[in-house]
Amino acid sequence: MPDDSTASLLELRMISKSFAAPDKGSLNVLQEISLALRPGEIVAVLGKSGCGKSTLLRIMCGLTRPTQGEVLYRGEPVTGPAPGITMVFQTFGLFPWLTVLQNVELGLEAQGVALAERRKRALEAIDMIGLDGFESAYPKELSGGMRQRVGFARALVVNPDILLMDEAFSALDVPTAESLRNDLLDLWIERLIPTRAIVMVSHNIEEALLLANRIFVFDSNPGRVKAELTIPLKYPRDRESPLFRQMVDRIYSIMTTAIVPNETDALRAGRIGIGYRLPSVTVAQMTGVLEEVNLPANEGRVELAELAESQQMEVDDLFPILEALELLDFCRVAGREVVVARHGKAFVEADIRQRKVIFAEHLIKRVPLAGHIRRVLNERPAQTAPEQRFLRELEDYLSEEEAQRVFSVIIDWGRYAELFAYDYNAGVLSTENPGEEVA
Amino acid sequence: MIPSQEARESIGLPNRWDFLVMPLVLALVFLGAWALRQMSAPYSWGSPIAISLDPAYLPYYALRTTLRMVLAMAFSLLFTFVYGSAAARSARAAVILIPLLDILQSVPILGFLSITVVGFIRLFKGSLLGPEAAAIFAIFTSQAWNMAFSFYNSLRMLPKNLYQVADVFHLSPWARFWKLEVPFAMPGLVWNTMMSASGGWFFVVASEAISVSGKTVMLPGVGSYIALAIQGRNLTAIGYAIVAMLVVIVLYDQLLFRPLIAWSDKFKFELSESDVVPNSMVLQALQRARFLRRLRAWLASLAAALLRRRPRRPQAWAQRLGQPFRRVTASGDRVWSSTVLALSAVSLFALGHYIAHAVPAAEIGRVFLLGLATAVRVFVLIVLASLVWVPVGVWIGLRPRWTQKAQPIVLFLSAFPANLLFPLAVVAITTYHLNTEVWLSPLMILGTQWYILFNVISGAAAIPNDLKEAAANLGLRRLMVWRRLILPAIFPAYVTGGLTASGGAWNASVVSEIVSWGPTRLTATGLGAYIAQQTAAGDDARIALGICVMSLYVIIINRLVWNRLYRFAQARLTLE
Repeated sequence: MPDDSTASLLELRMISKSFAAPDKGSLNVLQEISLALRPGEIVAVLGKSGCGKSTLLRIMCGLTRPTQGEVLYRGEPVTGPAPGITMVFQTFGLFPWLTVLQNVELGLEAQGVALAERRKRALEAIDMIGLDGFESAYPKELSGGMRQRVGFARALVVNPDILLMDEAFSALDVPTAESLRNDLLDLWIERLIPTRAIVMVSHNIEEALLLANRIFVFDSNPGRVKAELTIPLKYPRDRESPLFRQMVDRIYSIMTTAIVPNETDALRAGRIGIGYRLPSVTVAQMTGVLEEVNLPANEGRVELAELAESQQMEVDDLFPILEALELLDFCRVAGREVVVARHGKAFVEADIRQRKVIFAEHLIKRVPLAGHIRRVLNERPAQTAPEQRFLRELEDYLSEEEAQRVFSVIIDWGRYAELFAYDYNAGVLSTENPGEEVA
Repeated sequence: MIPSQEARESIGLPNRWDFLVMPLVLALVFLGAWALRQMSAPYSWGSPIAISLDPAYLPYYALRTTLRMVLAMAFSLLFTFVYGSAAARSARAAVILIPLLDILQSVPILGFLSITVVGFIRLFKGSLLGPEAAAIFAIFTSQAWNMAFSFYNSLRMLPKNLYQVADVFHLSPWARFWKLEVPFAMPGLVWNTMMSASGGWFFVVASEAISVSGKTVMLPGVGSYIALAIQGRNLTAIGYAIVAMLVVIVLYDQLLFRPLIAWSDKFKFELSESDVVPNSMVLQALQRARFLRRLRAWLASLAAALLRRRPRRPQAWAQRLGQPFRRVTASGDRVWSSTVLALSAVSLFALGHYIAHAVPAAEIGRVFLLGLATAVRVFVLIVLASLVWVPVGVWIGLRPRWTQKAQPIVLFLSAFPANLLFPLAVVAITTYHLNTEVWLSPLMILGTQWYILFNVISGAAAIPNDLKEAAANLGLRRLMVWRRLILPAIFPAYVTGGLTASGGAWNASVVSEIVSWGPTRLTATGLGAYIAQQTAAGDDARIALGICVMSLYVIIINRLVWNRLYRFAQARLTLE
């Protein structure tokens, strides 16, 4: 199939990736992903955390090998770090002991480019990305935005075929990210860089819509392609235009269909067992979002996009909170709207003590793990149990790390609800209230 | 001002820093080369080397002593790079290498000096290099384990995404080592080297004059000078030696470690600038001198040529090397660890057999009791030293201005070889007819108590201001402040200091439980004295027994006491 390989720069064929979890098989991170990158396009991969999008990028450039499937770069299988593919990292990945110039020269030096040539090209790249005058600075002297510019210069100076961006703008504040994004887009549109395709990974819907020609929306656990959208908008894109807003809403509703709507109780009980991956969300976060939805002006329903904006949150932060709220039956996500449920309304309108009572009631009823812990404690004569007992149980379903995380979430919720107490030093759960033994 | 500077730069005329630095560097190079030649002079085992107590010779002796330190450090560094990266690269290697380091750290260095001397003398027959190598090896063993540990730990802490950067930009393993791994480990390594070097002075003094099987080797150096002064009961000469040592340590610190620490600051993995940046006059001079800049540029281009990637595609072994902390398969792991276990069991058995063959069981039991005596001594001394230095350290640490002044002084005190002061103790004990069992003991901790003080100071200095203010604001009484704030806050640092001090005290027991002054010889009952006696007698089996028992004590005490305290501190008392 010679046509196939010339048409696509980089091709992923049925890529799956799983990490070995001790004692119990493997943890699926990516499942059967196929996509082809064509010359001249920017592709965005959009998804919540845990959808394996960063792993996907690392597979693309050969840093990680997929468990199954193959990666073809210009028709050749990728087996190690591929020349011609460079990456910009979320946390910049600069060498703090090298100056800006030395950092930019790094890739050229590894290629064995002679000093004079190297310096010339590095200075050009520095010039192009707007770092003029900072050549001799060390990364720690620079602001976040300038540091990421170094990251871009370092990646672009080797004239890569394909540029990968791993959440490249998410560590920057909003205006800084905006200006860097625009500068990159200018270079791209005016063909000032020889790069032929860009793949970006993001959890920011607007960012993906501002840059990409195609967007892949990913589902999580395991990560897989849920939808592919072609973005016909012309550059520069106006985020206030009706078409843009429409696309934002559409992506929101694609992403929320994961939170199963109108589910019967029986179905739900089957899906949510003791080993359910509780989202890492605090009660305060849940309360904050519920209060917003329940504002008189909102009348108990808010559009997701609007909610994200008013809470100054990105999808990554908002979706776990909604998941927790749905889990507790405090709200429902319908299409692209969040609707407060009856109990959720009662919860936000109650006082602090009353809130705890409502929360405890729902926690026992709706979260099997909480009910289970409480039952075990009640059955024991001393009403105490070591944490290992529950952790081991969780490890039947989850990796050790994930079990720890879920356990710490249920401890946090259970403490708030005063369902049980937890002694950090001894690692023991009990039903007694802390400090009771003193009184 | 600026244009003229640039103009001079372009013609390459020397600047005023050149006039300052050039003679200094040339003198150092010349002295080093000359002393190196002296080191390899012909020598036959047993023939005496003339040492003079004339203070005019002291600078020369100091030079020889310093050269040994420098060489030992160079070898330690080499060892660190090889050993540390091997352990970091392969999980299987780490299974052996890391516990081995742990054990090596607990072995009394001065104990096996007599064995290594014989070995090195055979290796370099007819040359002074034999005993020199043995002395250097003793210093090496006091530093290398520490430094290798530090390097290994740094590599483990290296952020994974920097490794990915190195891969994405195709750095060869060799280039990655020098561009990423060594720079990342540099601040920790420099700091550790400095702390180890301060321990090294003790051992260089102790290992220059050594007697094995009745024969005494005295290498030209400050240590031998002192040994001779002790033989001749010459207090004035001891005074000279102490002054010479003071000068040497100050110079060593100013010319080597100060610049190194200031320089390594740029390798700190931090993303914001810190307030206090270490500086050094010498470093400034070195960086501004023009001929050195030329030299550096030339060296840099040479290094770049070496670093340039040779193979286009990394070879298979290089790829494998390139993956630190790789998971190994469980079954292969099991085979590997059982092989290691079997091997260590066999060697342990062989050693036990060797000792049991030569030494009667009753004596083995007695040696364990001697170990107990030394253990009690170390324990009591650590408690006493803590009672004194914790309050002092907290007092200093809570006052930033005092802290800044005190830190270098304490570091200096810990570097000063305490064995120089032993003769003074002997004089005092014999003059006042004191009990040797009790009064020889403090010598063990004379040099290592400073680690407690030093760490407590830095622990107290690191207490966040808002905690202090909160305590004051809540009106906590003095005792409450100590119980609720100060003691928990300094505890992790204290444990580090206590661990170092205790290990150092065990090591020092070999030279401090038997102390002489001319014909007078004072002995305290203990394992250190036993090892020293067997060393003088040249009884290899009994030396091995002494060393094994001492290592065992140190390992067990570390496991049972210090490591537990350390874990407790890590889990519960670290701030943040």
